Parts: sequence; structure tokens; C-alpha cells
Amino acid sequence: MINNFEPVQVATKEDFKLGGPVKWCAGCGGHAVLSTIMNVLPETGVPKENVVFVSGIGCSSRFPYYINTYGFHSMHGRANAIASGIKAANPDLSVWIVTGDGDSMAIGGNHFIHIIRRNIDVNILLFNNKIYGLTKGQYSPTTPRGSVTKTSPDGTIENAFKPGELTMGAQGTFFARTVDSDPKMMREVFKAASDHKGTSVVEILLNCVIFANQVHKDITGKEVRQDNQIYLEHGKPMIFGKERNRGLMWKGNQMEVVTIGENGVTEQDLIVHNAFDPDDVNHYRLVRMELPHYPVAMGVIRSVEENTYETDLHNQVKHARETSKIKSMDDLLMSGNVFESK
Amino acid sequence: MAKNHRVIELDEVVVKFAGDSGDGMQLTGTQFSDTSAFIGNDLSTFPDYPSEIRAPQGTIAGVSGFQVHIGHKEITTPGDQADVLVAMNPAALKANMKWVKDGATIIIDIDNFDNKHYKKAGFEEDPLHDNSLDGYNVVKAPISELSKNVAMSSGLDAKTADKTKNQFVAGLLYWLFNRDIKIGEDFLKSKFKSKPDLVKANIAVLREGYNYAETIEALSTTFHVDPVKDKKGLFRNITGNQATAWGLLAAAEKAGLEVFLGSYPITPATEILQEIARHKHLGAVSFQAEDEIAGISSAIGASFAGRLACTTTSGPGLALKGEAIGLAVITELPLVIVNVQRGGPSTGLPTKTEQGDLLQALYGRNGESPCIVIAASTPADCFNYAYEAAKLSLEHMTPVILLTDGYLANGSELWKIPQMKEMPEIKPPKVADNTPDYYPYQRDPEKLNRFWAIPGQPGLRHRVGGLEKSDVTGEVSHDPMNHQVMVGLRQKKVEKVVDYIPKQRIEGQEDADLLVVGWGGTYGALISAVTDLQQEGRSIALAHFNYLNPLPENTGEVLKNHKKILVCELNMGQFASYLRSKYPEFEYLQFNKIQGLPLFISELKVKFYEILNSIK
Repeated sequence: MINNFEPVQVATKEDFKLGGPVKWCAGCGGHAVLSTIMNVLPETGVPKENVVFVSGIGCSSRFPYYINTYGFHSMHGRANAIASGIKAANPDLSVWIVTGDGDSMAIGGNHFIHIIRRNIDVNILLFNNKIYGLTKGQYSPTTPRGSVTKTSPDGTIENAFKPGELTMGAQGTFFARTVDSDPKMMREVFKAASDHKGTSVVEILLNCVIFANQVHKDITGKEVRQDNQIYLEHGKPMIFGKERNRGLMWKGNQMEVVTIGENGVTEQDLIVHNAFDPDDVNHYRLVRMELPHYPVAMGVIRSVEENTYETDLHNQVKHARETSKIKSMDDLLMSGNVFESK
Repeated sequence: MAKNHRVIELDEVVVKFAGDSGDGMQLTGTQFSDTSAFIGNDLSTFPDYPSEIRAPQGTIAGVSGFQVHIGHKEITTPGDQADVLVAMNPAALKANMKWVKDGATIIIDIDNFDNKHYKKAGFEEDPLHDNSLDGYNVVKAPISELSKNVAMSSGLDAKTADKTKNQFVAGLLYWLFNRDIKIGEDFLKSKFKSKPDLVKANIAVLREGYNYAETIEALSTTFHVDPVKDKKGLFRNITGNQATAWGLLAAAEKAGLEVFLGSYPITPATEILQEIARHKHLGAVSFQAEDEIAGISSAIGASFAGRLACTTTSGPGLALKGEAIGLAVITELPLVIVNVQRGGPSTGLPTKTEQGDLLQALYGRNGESPCIVIAASTPADCFNYAYEAAKLSLEHMTPVILLTDGYLANGSELWKIPQMKEMPEIKPPKVADNTPDYYPYQRDPEKLNRFWAIPGQPGLRHRVGGLEKSDVTGEVSHDPMNHQVMVGLRQKKVEKVVDYIPKQRIEGQEDADLLVVGWGGTYGALISAVTDLQQEGRSIALAHFNYLNPLPENTGEVLKNHKKILVCELNMGQFASYLRSKYPEFEYLQFNKIQGLPLFISELKVKFYEILNSIK
């Protein structure tokens, strides 16, 4: 059974280390993501020369300079468009995009939704620290309404995007959420993103120590994280909490937080996570869950198989090559209306 | 023959077809052009269409035209003015009267010449009875009615029958130019291949038009245009946009690569995207992006991944692509940017031609961001310059901007079909797998290009990006001296292209009193006007530029030794000011036209005489 083989390990973590300085601030969540990615890449079975990291502009986007792969640090907001070209040009490459909430939700919002709509097989690591870091502390499209920043001294008066909602709205086939402080969770999620054929969006709740320190503390804080996060796994009941006694249950068509053992609720009453459901209605509900009424959903929330852009594209190319009578430029030049003047 | 028939031999003739957008004038024009090419005439065509798809019927805004210039002699423009005008309604007549020669034959569809249509066209008087058509040979044919009757008796419904009237017009023209009507019938058979009822009805209408012409007195004089004598070989009629697409495809094949075109639809460049999309069988991939920026960004990604990467656009799109062109400059990746210029600024005149983007192409980016800039000069030579743009870009590892314009893009001419074995070699500077000590910014000592290592190649992993890089190693660098070195290298690399491009030609005497200077799509009108004056013995020559950055090495020589230099452009003088900055020792007179129209031979000659007469 060929499916049971472990992927051949063609690279090690050492292969991906560059040796140069990593110039993120001490305490930046980026360091943990970088280290985890170097652990995950050897597990993907992709030859190291086939891995490409593409980024836009911002703190997140320095990533390609810190990892020994083919890398492209591009323009603000355009990583998704550049990566689309790379993958469409050569579907054999494993393409990773590292971007931030400014890069992909603001200036690059258009490219973000369109790469997802096309379902190009890339992995998007979206560093969401809810602030502009590299320009030193202005609000971003994911900054919570009311936040005081350098450009919102009286509090922002804009609603915040949720990357998961945009992903669903663009007919995304894969969305996962993780936090920078949980390497094990990141590793599982990154591996799942890599395995998924199609656009994988991974939102990483990431801490900016300088401009938005502890912005995610209500979700990631040591004391609260078990009660305030729910780690979703396909086929398993939606259960969370320090005591593993809380969960999500249907009440009418709403999800409700319940406690096992109270009001006769048992584990069997909890909703079983179906990440593979083509209908994204429940995935929408999960990405929208917010404190304090709900725990924040983590893990692979949606993972659905659909045709990828580059596969369909190259199938069309293959078909055209096989069926067209025009095999070369000379054939093309002589096709159609040609007039001979003697 | 039913009447006293006289045939006049002509060297050349210009026919203009004009009607409502839905009247099928583009089709009839193409049919007439193909027929002319088939019998061996040289030709040049130009469609003239509004920016609305179907503006209100019968109004000036809705007039769509197609001009074709055919000849026994070599034809270089679609012609200033028409010898024959077909006007399907009063608006078409009104919009085109000033583009018609004195004494021209004007064929009108009399069925549409009534008070209702006069009002729509804005005529205050009945143009058929106010003497405004005196001096013209006006043929008042009941085109709509006769076409409809014949088509309906061939089995078409009334609405479809109405659409056959362009074939009545074609029939008239086949008679008028003594053409074999069978060529027109074959055109229809191939056009409506899968619809035999349409073939039958259209052929019946075509014959009706032909027979009608035979019987009427106003068409008793017909014309004959002999085949061109000295144009031998295989030809096809090709538009500038199609030629551009084919030039890119040809370059890719020669370089052993495949085309990737990342583009966003924009008039008048869209046909290049459509054309590339049809040729997946040659491995070409087109990516219709979500916007102009994604178009070029995807192309840059594809270039990094080893494709012949291209993006196509028009002026406003070039503005949007500015930052990304800078990225291709600093990452030193090959990229062809085709800008089919149109009237600007902003949305401007989207369907009209202009040369207003020269300075944008040369300078329109942040920082020191040099690009190779070249321009095509006729519809067919868009093939050669697209090929050349790809060759220069691949071999010198830097973006190339190819300037064409709406006039070249939509115009067509008869093109001698090249063979691929005649096309110059293209050798991208690729790197062998596992080359030891590969650094991304090592350079070829001659051309100064870096080398192209492509993701997937073992042993060559490296990183590129928009931040300044260290010379050779490609590490991110903010070192002041390194920046100076790198800016200098990128500039020098583009300057060195001068050693790989042809010298500037001068058409005429090297010391002619008047040197006319042009660039890009105005070649046809300029060479015609200059040749006419040369034949009259005037001391005039033309230097028409295709290589704009860098300018050919002998440019200074070419500009020397003339009493006057006149730079003719469809803008306010962009090339003139560029030449002033490069060669300030000369004085440049200007002829500038900015009307969305091409240059006319007649207006150029007036200007040339004026200057020549002023030279003592």
C-alpha cells in the first residue's frame, strides 16, 4: 500500500538554516514560526530545491531572508500575486507565502481574495499581530475597533476584518488558525496546510512585543488559553477547557458553549468537527467565535478538496498540445489565411 | 454587360466602410482586405470604433468604421482620405465627410436616409438635397430593403436577415473593383462554417449586391488595382496586436522557453491577451489577473520560475505597474512589458491612438530604475520588436518596455511570413545545476547581466527581492557605497545594450537639409511624406527610431549635418525633449498632434514644405 509509506525524508532542518542574523525583535513571534517551519519542511517530503518562499513587505515578509530556500521578498501586498505566477509557471514547486495583516488584508486584499478564489496550491502564513509593525505602530485592518494607536489617537472607528471570514467569502478550501506560542499546534497545522492541495490559509495570532504587546493575551495567556481556545480536530467532538469538560453543542441552529455533566450534557451531545464539509456555513460560525461568549477556534477549521488552478491550467495545456495540429511556431505562421504572391 | 462599362486602372485606393456598431462594417472591411490580399495587392487597414459597445443606433457616437488602403504600389498607411465611402446611415456620412477626397464615390443605404435618421445624426438640412454632396459620385442604393428581401426568401427570419446587409455592400464593392465574387463566397463559407443557412443567405445577398451594381448607371465606371510587382512570397494580413503576441511566442520557442502572460484586459491591448490565450498548444500560459498590478506581479513570479514572462497593458495600466517594474529592475529578472499607447491622461481616449507614454516608459518609476525601451513602427513589425524585446530582456536580464499604440494594434498590413530558422538566436544566461559558488549577483563581464538560476534547480538556492542587495552575494545591504555600485551597475547594464542593437538608419541623404525625426507608430505616414518630397527632388531625410533607451550609438552622427531637424510626434514633444537632454548641441523643431488620430501625409507635407522653403 503505497499510501502507508512515510514521505521520504529528502532534507533535514539543518538544510534550511541560513546562518545569517535573524533581525526580528527579541520576543517577536516570528522566531517561533521560523523554527517550526524548519521542522515541518523535512516532513513534507519535498526536495529542498523545490521549496519557494515568497513574501510582501512588513516585518513578516523578511522571512525569506532567514531560510535557505529559493526566496522572493517582493512588494507590499503583492506576494500572493507573485506566488500565483510562480505556481502557475511551475506546479512542481512547493510555494509558501509569508504575509501580515497589513500586507494581505489592506494593500494586498485584492490579491488575497483572488488567489483563494482560484484555489492555487500555495500555503499562506498570515502573521496577524493586529498592528503595522515595520512602520511603527499604526492600526491595521485587523486592529479591534476602538484601539488607540499612533494613527488612531482617539480610538479606531473601523471594523476589523477576520481573515477566516474573507477566506470563506472567497470560497477558500483551507483555513486554519494557530498561535505563535504553541509550537506543537503550529507544527500540526503547518503540516496539514502543506498536505492540502489548494490555497491553504493559516492565520497565526502573533505577538508584536513593541507595538501591540500582549494583543492576543486573552487568547494565548498561560492562565486562560485552555479555557479561551478550542483546538478543533476533524472527526472529534468540540471539547475544550482546563478540565476538558466544556464543549460546543447545537441549540437550534446556533452553537452554544455547554459544560459536560451540567443539565445532563454528555460528550456524545457535543458537535463533532467536520473540517471536510463542502458547505462552509459551520466553518464560518467557527471562525467568527469571539471571547467572551465563545472560545476562539484553533486548528484546521476547513479543509476541502477541490480542483486547483494550476492543475486545470496544465491539463488544458496538455490537451491543447495533444489535439492541436499546430505544433510549432512555423506551423502557426502558416496557419489560416496565407496569400502567395508570385 | 448591361451598360456601358469603363474600367480605370489605379495604383492605390482607399475605401472606408462606416455604419452603426452593429452593421458589420468591420467584417465587410476584413472581407474586402482579405480579397485584396488574395489577388496580390499590398494593403494597410485601420478600424475606427467608438468606446461604447452599442451606442444608440443612428447617432454619431455609434458610428463604427473600417478603412482599407490597397495598392499596386507599396502601401504604408491606411490612407489620409477615402476614395470610396460606404455610409450605412446619415450619422456615418456626417462623421466621415471630412475624411473623403473630393470627387469620391459615396455609397449610401438610402433606406436609412429619412427625417428620423437625420434628426438622430444631427443634420438640420437633408444632406441629399442641400448641395453638400455636389462634386461627389453618390450611389443611393436601397441596401437594407433589398438585402432583407433576398435573405428572407433564403429562409432567414427578419431580424437575422437584417444583419446580411453588409454582404450587399461587399457585393457592390466586388463589382466596383472588378473582383471575383467567388473569393467573397469562400470567405463566407469559412466564416459561417457550421451554419449552412447563414452561408446560403449571405451568399445570396452578396450576389444581389453585385448584380445591383452591374445595373446602375452611377457605377458604370469601375476600378482595377493590379497586384504588387515586387512583393513575392507568402504573406498574411496581420494586426499589430496579433503580431505582438506572435513575436512573443516566437521568441519563447527560439529561447527554449514557454510564454507566461500575466495581464488585465484594457483597450487597446486586450487582443494580445486573447491571442496568447488561444495558443496553449505551444505551451503558452495566460493568466488573466484581478488587476494590472497582479498582472505584472504574476509575470515577475513566472520569470523567477523560469518562463518568458510578459505583461500587456495601455497607459493607465503602465502607471499602475510602475512599482513592479522597479522590482523587476532591482531583482534583475527578464520581463517584457508591452504598452499599447492610447489617448491620455487618465482614461482619456481609450480607443484612439497617441504617443503620450514615452516619458512614462523612460522615467515613470521611483528611484534610479532604468529600462530598455523600444518601439514598433508598423503593425507587422510589432512581431519583430516583440521578439527583440524578449531577446534583449532574456539575454540582458532586465525588463524591457515595448511601446506600440492603438493605431498599430488595431491596424493591419500585409506581412511577409518569416521562417523561424531565419530569426536570431536567443540565449538566456542560465546556470547549470549545482554550479559551485553560485551567487545571485555575479555578472557577465561583458553585458553585466546576472545569471538566471531557477527554483527547482539543485544547488542554486538563493533569494531575491526589492531591498538593495550586496554586489555579487545578493545579501540585503544598506551600505552606502554598495548602493552606489549597484545603481551604477544596473544603469551600465542597460547602457551596454547599445552594443547589441543596430545603428540608426537614415532614409535619404545623410546631409539632407531637413532631417525628419520620428519614433514608433508614425513610420508609415512619415516615410510616405518624406519619400514624396524626395521624389520631387527636395533635400529631406527620415530618421525613424525604434530603439529609445538606449538610443543607437550613432544617434549623434545621424542628427549632425542638417540645416533643420523636425521631430514629429503624437504628443506634446516628449521625444524632442528627450533628444534635447541627450544631444543638447542640436536645435529641434517640433510637429505635434494630439487629437487621438494618426499623422496624415498631407499635413506632414505642408509642414515639410514650410520648413524647406524657409531654408536659405
